[in-house]
Amino acid sequence: MSATTNISRRQFMKAGALAGGGPLLACHLPFGMRDAAASGEAVFAPNAFLRIGTDESVTVIVNKSEMGQGVYTSLPMLIAEELCCDWKRVTFQSAPVAPEYNHAQFGPIMVTGGSTSVRSEWERLSLAGAAAREMLISAAAQRWKVAPSACRAENGIVHGPNGKQLSFGKLASEAAKLPVPKVPKLKSGAKKLLGKPLHRLDSPAKINGTAVFGIDVTAPGMLTAVIARPPVFGGKLKSFDAAKALASPGVKQVLAVDAGLAVVADGFWTALKGRELLEIVWDEGEGAQVSTSSMHDQYKALTATPGLVARRDGDAEGVLAKAKQRLEAEYEVPYLAHAPMEPLNCFVDLKEGSCQIRTGSQFQTVDRNAAAGVVGLKPEQVALETTFLGGGFGRRACTGSDYVIEAAQIAKVVKQPVKVIRTREDDMRAGYYRPMWFDRVSACLDEKGLPLAWHHRIVGQSIIAGTPFESAMVKDGIDDTSVEGAANTPYAIPNLQVELHSPRNPVPVLWWRSVGHSHTAFVMESFMDELAHQAGKDPYPYRRSLLAKHPRTLKVLETAAMKSGWGKPLPKGRGRGIAVHESFGSFIAQVAEVSLDKKGVVKVHRVVCAVDCGKIVNPDTIKAQMESGITFGLSAALYGQITLKNGRVEQGNFHDYQLVRMAAMPKVEVHIIDSQEPPGGVGEPGVPPIAPAVANALFAVSGVRMRSLPMTPEKIMTALKKG
Amino acid sequence: MIVFNVNGKERRVEVSPDTPLLWVLREKLGLSGSKYGCGEGLCGACTVHIDGLPQRSCITPVGDVQGKRVLTIEGIPENNPVKRAWLDQEVSQCGYCQPGQIMSAVALLEKKPAPTDADIDSAMSGNLCRCGTYGRIRRAIHAASKKTVKRGGQKS
Ligand code: FES
Ligand code: FES
Repeated sequence: MSATTNISRRQFMKAGALAGGGPLLACHLPFGMRDAAASGEAVFAPNAFLRIGTDESVTVIVNKSEMGQGVYTSLPMLIAEELCCDWKRVTFQSAPVAPEYNHAQFGPIMVTGGSTSVRSEWERLSLAGAAAREMLISAAAQRWKVAPSACRAENGIVHGPNGKQLSFGKLASEAAKLPVPKVPKLKSGAKKLLGKPLHRLDSPAKINGTAVFGIDVTAPGMLTAVIARPPVFGGKLKSFDAAKALASPGVKQVLAVDAGLAVVADGFWTALKGRELLEIVWDEGEGAQVSTSSMHDQYKALTATPGLVARRDGDAEGVLAKAKQRLEAEYEVPYLAHAPMEPLNCFVDLKEGSCQIRTGSQFQTVDRNAAAGVVGLKPEQVALETTFLGGGFGRRACTGSDYVIEAAQIAKVVKQPVKVIRTREDDMRAGYYRPMWFDRVSACLDEKGLPLAWHHRIVGQSIIAGTPFESAMVKDGIDDTSVEGAANTPYAIPNLQVELHSPRNPVPVLWWRSVGHSHTAFVMESFMDELAHQAGKDPYPYRRSLLAKHPRTLKVLETAAMKSGWGKPLPKGRGRGIAVHESFGSFIAQVAEVSLDKKGVVKVHRVVCAVDCGKIVNPDTIKAQMESGITFGLSAALYGQITLKNGRVEQGNFHDYQLVRMAAMPKVEVHIIDSQEPPGGVGEPGVPPIAPAVANALFAVSGVRMRSLPMTPEKIMTALKKG
Repeated sequence: MIVFNVNGKERRVEVSPDTPLLWVLREKLGLSGSKYGCGEGLCGACTVHIDGLPQRSCITPVGDVQGKRVLTIEGIPENNPVKRAWLDQEVSQCGYCQPGQIMSAVALLEKKPAPTDADIDSAMSGNLCRCGTYGRIRRAIHAASKKTVKRGGQKS
């Protein structure tokens, strides 16, 4: 979701109300804390992010959605480091929607995305912890009648002169009466927690079945709804007969919503059985004309015409026109579904004058406001509780708030708590995909074999166009998320031109883990490999020679090459490929080791990954996110595609939208560069380099250059036969 | 009335016998640890044990478990070596698939206390993890196996 980063990079900043900097006073109680507050237990709440109880408990209120990336541990670590509390006492709560929990950089919305959780909260949470520590020390100093400077805090205890000691819990009530320091001082010296591979605080709940995901939410009298959706995008309900469905056991109501026809029942299975009995006539409209094969032809034709210029250095067109030899290639990648393991769902309890939403959202303010609009309440009257998310990958930060709006529309009619659940097929066919892309690249080399000119045309839908974010984030017709990773390539190419076409069509698109980089890295790093081979050079030193001005990119490239044993012989039938890419403030290089069997199936045996994400909080989380990004990217490289025929999405479940399974999982080694640079993201940047690393390795082992994803056995066999 | 045993307790439910066991566990018995991921036996998120064997509860009609023993993630004790290994290896990411993964791993170790990598591939390939925790799952199974084998292969 670098798109949201761009909100800050651009005019969105003007919206103001930035909450960065000093700690803010709390006025909203996080979920799960109301009871404690109601019972009148003395609590020290120096800011919106921290509660210290007289029972020594330290509760960190986390304003980021937990979807696998470990924010319920990394963000508490940031506070705890400065607070000097006992880590064993730390627990977490998810924050409600309130201004003090807005993104520290993106303007007035609460959102988790752009791989920003740690880097955007680092300063604010460190200061929040430091302020609380100073207040606890002041409280102890007052009690002992000594100067605060004579005291220090460690492991949840304030130590004073002559061995005096008081625990944070014992000081909480007095500390709560003190003024909050405006400019708290951060600790100096060695870090106690940061940089350590601490265990995740949320793991126990995730392995014993008690973690509550959106789909697990329940309430007395709750009903469950499923929606029959039009078979094509933009389709509308024309007429229906619900008599049979309504007669089906457990079915309570059938009602039309914008998304289609909802069946409300006493449970998921009864709702589903009712849905099967609906008789519906759809008005398919123009959506029925859409097919990805004709889109492919249209996109390809567009690459022959000039697009909007996103980057121009020198004169790529002029140099190429005069070149004796030019290399030209077409690359394509398909639509992709996010396919989080937990299908989309949303619980809504609408009452007179208030509304409670419980769902796994990455886009809380946007979703809450959308729901408020539907039910006719003020946004402040709508509470949105963020549950655990069974995967997000950008899908749960939906610019259209689709799954929240449909639930609110149903709740408005049924007037009872209701949970809408999508089946896997509903989830996969309802759109908001990673866009399909088609690229044409041409280049020529200088006398040393290095790229002299690179001309690149990109064709694909804009994620932002047509959304409320368009005016802030699309500049001069160019959606930065369409060209990121290409227009800002670090390679030294004297004549470089990147152009963009953004055709519109009815297929909804959205940020998909690593957004534009998921496509541009594949093209940039594959074509760079092609140039190296054209020049008769080893692709690793070839890249090195073009990155002299980018030490961090260079360092990860060198580390991955070295750790993978680049240049050393491999067992027969194996090949290596390398790729490097910067995204979300982090630098990643990967070397993949692959083999190809007789049926055209690529097997990835090993992936060596080097990452420089600046200064770090939890090295184990970083490793886990690299492993995760590599697996996610590998599923797309080898299997992933959403195709449409006559407007219908051809995939529906995991048999035809395959993911990497245990047996296909390579060995992954992650090497973290020791760095004091500003923190970068880790949730997304592991994804982009893997597809080109595998494609380049496939070329090394077989001579087959895959310019189209996914790398299916059919495509590979066809290429092999062509020779 | 369908009567069966869940995690050691007799349960009685009044539902249509074609209702998948998964939804009976989740909605009637308040055991929401077993997850819905695909409804077609393709992802393993709903894995439970029926009379000791791992099964996909999303495609098991509750009528079929009449009189049988069902074990869900909620019935696995905290000191089970698999659960402990899952924590030690810090396997979970979003966590959604993990109850199903753990149920498959427990079943594997009961059958083969010292599984090879190939055994793990075949026993675990029915369980998808979109977050890509496979490498850690493999390590955790090997680690749990060492503990189980040391204790004479006894089940916890
Ligand atoms: S939900 Fe049962 S196998 Fe996927
Ligand atoms: S941990 Fe998220 S799906 Fe496995």
